[in-house]
Amino acid sequence: MSNSQKIRWRIFRWIIGFIGICLFMYWNFFVYFAPIYFKLINVLFFCMLFILFRVLFGPTPADRIIAVDILGVLTIGLTALLGLYYNQSFFMDIGLIWALMSFIASLAYAKILEGRSLDD
Amino acid sequence: MIREIIGMALIVVGVAFDFLGVLGLIRLPDVYNRLQASTKCVTFGSAGILLGAFVLQGFTNFGFKVLIGIVFIFLTSPVAAHAIARASHRSGIKLTDESIVDLYKEDHELKEE
Repeated sequence: MSNSQKIRWRIFRWIIGFIGICLFMYWNFFVYFAPIYFKLINVLFFCMLFILFRVLFGPTPADRIIAVDILGVLTIGLTALLGLYYNQSFFMDIGLIWALMSFIASLAYAKILEGRSLDD
Repeated sequence: MIREIIGMALIVVGVAFDFLGVLGLIRLPDVYNRLQASTKCVTFGSAGILLGAFVLQGFTNFGFKVLIGIVFIFLTSPVAAHAIARASHRSGIKLTDESIVDLYKEDHELKEE
């Protein structure tokens, strides 16, 4: 692929992404009729789609590890919003346990990626 | 009334920061740049959401759990990010072509001599 063709393809990809994000935001905040918590939860789910893209097609293993780590962080926010809407406090228990598991998992993945085994 | 406004503003800012961090995770060219963008999800994104939930709820059952969550996130996430960056540099993942300097590599070579 020549250089000008590459630049044209990048601009095309940028425009497609921008239009997609604008369509989603318009649908979410002006068409979809729900409480404000559900709209914010929809934005978080949209972010999770992007993260799943990075998990599936990440060029290197480190990209996938970062994506899974950030998925855990977003899940805490998701459980906090759910708990605020339903006024139940046990959602935060789920979030805390999820964050703990995600932290341990990313440390273990980093250790394996570095080339060491888990018990040294 | 004022408490609800401040709490909802914190939550909206947190969700916006989450979205921008994930956009950086998608768009940036390199593992280290992606890590630097996506760690912003933690300190202003999810911690902002949790702080907004604490402002909305006050010192109740839910509020204390949210405070514990904030402390937990702030303690664990930089450790994980540092471990991932160190491991990916040691396992030989290259920087992007536009990068100018690699200070970690220089320090490491100096230590080995």
